[in-house]
Amino acid sequence: MKVALNKTRNSFRLDGREIPFEPGQTIMDAALAAGAYIPHLCHNPQFAPHGSCRVCVVGVNARQVSACTAPASEGLDVDSSSAEIQETRKAILQMLFVEGNHVCPACEKSGACQLQAVAYYTGMLAPHFTHFFPRREVDASHPDYVIDFNRCILCELCVRASRDHDGKRVFAISGRGLGSHLVIDSPSGRLGDSTFAATDKAAHVCPVGAILPKHKGYEVPIGERLYDREPISEVGDVAAHEEA
Amino acid sequence: MSTPSIDQAAGFVADSLARRGRDPELLLQHLIAVQRCFSFVPEEAVAALADALGVTRTQIRAAVDFYAFLHERPRGGFDILVSDNITDRMLGNQRLLRLLCERLGVEPGVSRADGRVTVDLTSCTGMCDQGPAALVNGQALTRLDPGRIDHVADLVEEDTPLERWPGEYFRVEDNIRRAGLLLSEAETDGTSLRSLLAKGADAALAEVERSGLRGRGGAGFTTALKWKFCREAQGGERYVVCNADEGEPGTFKDRVLLTSYTDLVVEGMTLCAGIIGARKGFIYLRGEYAYLVPHLESVLARRRADSLLGETILGHDGFDFDIDIHLGAGAYICGEESALIESLEGKRGVTRKRPPFPVTSGFLGRPTVVNNVETFLAAARVVERGGYWFRGEGTDQSAGSKILSVSGDCARPGIYEYPFGTPVRRVLEDCGAQRVQAVQVSGAAGATLSAAELDRVLAFEDLPTAGSFMVFDQGRDMLDMVRNFAHFFVHESCGFCTPCRVGGALLRDLVEKVAAGQASAYDLEEMRGIGAVMKKSSYCGLGATAPNHVLHTLDKFPDIYGRRLRSAAYTPSFDLDAALSEARALTGREDAGAHLEADA
Repeated sequence: MKVALNKTRNSFRLDGREIPFEPGQTIMDAALAAGAYIPHLCHNPQFAPHGSCRVCVVGVNARQVSACTAPASEGLDVDSSSAEIQETRKAILQMLFVEGNHVCPACEKSGACQLQAVAYYTGMLAPHFTHFFPRREVDASHPDYVIDFNRCILCELCVRASRDHDGKRVFAISGRGLGSHLVIDSPSGRLGDSTFAATDKAAHVCPVGAILPKHKGYEVPIGERLYDREPISEVGDVAAHEEA
Repeated sequence: MSTPSIDQAAGFVADSLARRGRDPELLLQHLIAVQRCFSFVPEEAVAALADALGVTRTQIRAAVDFYAFLHERPRGGFDILVSDNITDRMLGNQRLLRLLCERLGVEPGVSRADGRVTVDLTSCTGMCDQGPAALVNGQALTRLDPGRIDHVADLVEEDTPLERWPGEYFRVEDNIRRAGLLLSEAETDGTSLRSLLAKGADAALAEVERSGLRGRGGAGFTTALKWKFCREAQGGERYVVCNADEGEPGTFKDRVLLTSYTDLVVEGMTLCAGIIGARKGFIYLRGEYAYLVPHLESVLARRRADSLLGETILGHDGFDFDIDIHLGAGAYICGEESALIESLEGKRGVTRKRPPFPVTSGFLGRPTVVNNVETFLAAARVVERGGYWFRGEGTDQSAGSKILSVSGDCARPGIYEYPFGTPVRRVLEDCGAQRVQAVQVSGAAGATLSAAELDRVLAFEDLPTAGSFMVFDQGRDMLDMVRNFAHFFVHESCGFCTPCRVGGALLRDLVEKVAAGQASAYDLEEMRGIGAVMKKSSYCGLGATAPNHVLHTLDKFPDIYGRRLRSAAYTPSFDLDAALSEARALTGREDAGAHLEADA
């Protein structure tokens, strides 16, 4: 159906840089395709845009929108780097840090964690807000994988991967408000009693250290991990580097 | 009141499936029925519904966990929920709650050991003009006072079924104080539908366009445009949805419209169906108004008998349209149209991303018009009496009239209809408000006005409003309102996006820090910062408007914060000495050495 009626390509500007786009693409799609980085957590190009984490906020026409859900359109001036946008993004990241229990020095995912990497990228030095210190559990019932709910940021990537890719619906979000939490579909509510398998897509999409493989740890020393070597703006999502 | 044994749950679900149907989108309706029968949703019912509807048990439990009126564990045979809007508080609901709990020997939110009763708080039940209010097993109680609370406690102890409670306790008044364009007449004989059939859909739509009617739910989208977009959208089946999830604290006008202007509302929906080509519609009714269901059903039945609804409406071949009532179950977010559609499909009421908008992809992904109760009513009159009739009132940008729900400190709370463009001062004079300190326009999510702003006008271009109008006199501490709203928004955030889910809770904690006299000027700046992030970056209107009350009062009522500050610069969020209390208890020490020095 697509017919090039004229040669002018559609494009918008991202922080002054010209970004081409195809009709139907979001600002995020087009930016990623052009190799331009917009910080994000709940977005993964393999799944439908979600728009929940709000880390990809960009300024468009004096409004803030999420780049992962906003359609690209001709001539837009998109601001992803002004002090105002960076401040909003930093505050959202700080909210995510105080909502859960994120202890980077004690986390196997440190150095390959998108939350940590995006925080560094955004210049976040401390969580700033008062910690909620919620009491959350660790589910080690599965032979191959462990879930540490302390680190879940409710991005729903595992929910989407299990439902849309694995055809299993192992995960869901329950509750509401600050009480929203990840739940597992099994008679006991434990991962070990579910149909979850190490080969599931859902096992390889978590941007943080909430869903981790068992039987190995610290195989790559801290200091040599993905985001230790290069910033997230260069190497992108951790999921893209996982062997699925 | 005794509840049936859970052995009957599977049988009950089978009956419910036979009666209501087996479409997955009916899940919430089945759950509400189960909750009502068993006082909770037993695992047996979850299993039976999962098998029948093809959804996972986890999805069902997630829905139960989301809706405030659904429970995983048994509630008391009498489940009493005291309405906790700020207007209820101003009428003394806290004292009545304590009284009731004392009389019944219960803690709020904890079912009594014998299973007889649960007493708890709930968000505004829409009875602000006749509060303090409550719900008992979903039925509205109005005008509570210590005498009635006493008697209610007796009735509960005697296990008296609700049918034998005094009818007076359940009486809900319309309290229409000022009728204008729309409220002056409630009757209709289907004139707008005849006009639609005589002149055609294009002409009827043109009339709605000419009227300048904009949505009455607050956002103010042009009604004719919404209908036109839906009519022109691709995709076969389309739907008309009446948003009767009147959850904004302080509003109750839709309750009155659904009670006494029901025909006009239904007619407006039917008219919309005729114009956009829908065969099916829904009234999404908030759970707090469940007592209206028999009335609504009887009006729908009468209209079917009169050929104003159902198949071949007014003898016109191909004009088929019918309406189902879907109940909500205690979720403010479901007043947002995309969350409402999710709920209508039986899911947790979480907002959808837009675009696509409901006019192209709404209920079951099909083109859907969602309008407020008042919008449908107005549209029916517009097609009957002409666009100019409506346009004759109001302002250029805000045509026609607006129906207000007035409550709080005034002599005559109730329903008032004014032309758009009416100053706030006029409403205050009419309702008998004296010594006004503040007015909260358009609910908890709306605007806080100080006494210096009473000449501002109710109109989309100045003070847009969905109708809630709460008055505070000079005797009130406005921080009570702020605390009430801050807790409300934490309770009602759906939890989908970070700024609303976390920011709202941070804001509440800071408001409480102020109230406890522990805050500093630094905390006030923090509140502004968090509020700004929520406003700018939230996913939907709930998060974007949730900090309004804090931001407005910080600007307009700085003293309610300033006089409570503990120190000018910075006070930590926790008390170091208090944090040692557990260690002192364990070591049995209370001497001076076991205490940190008082604040340096």
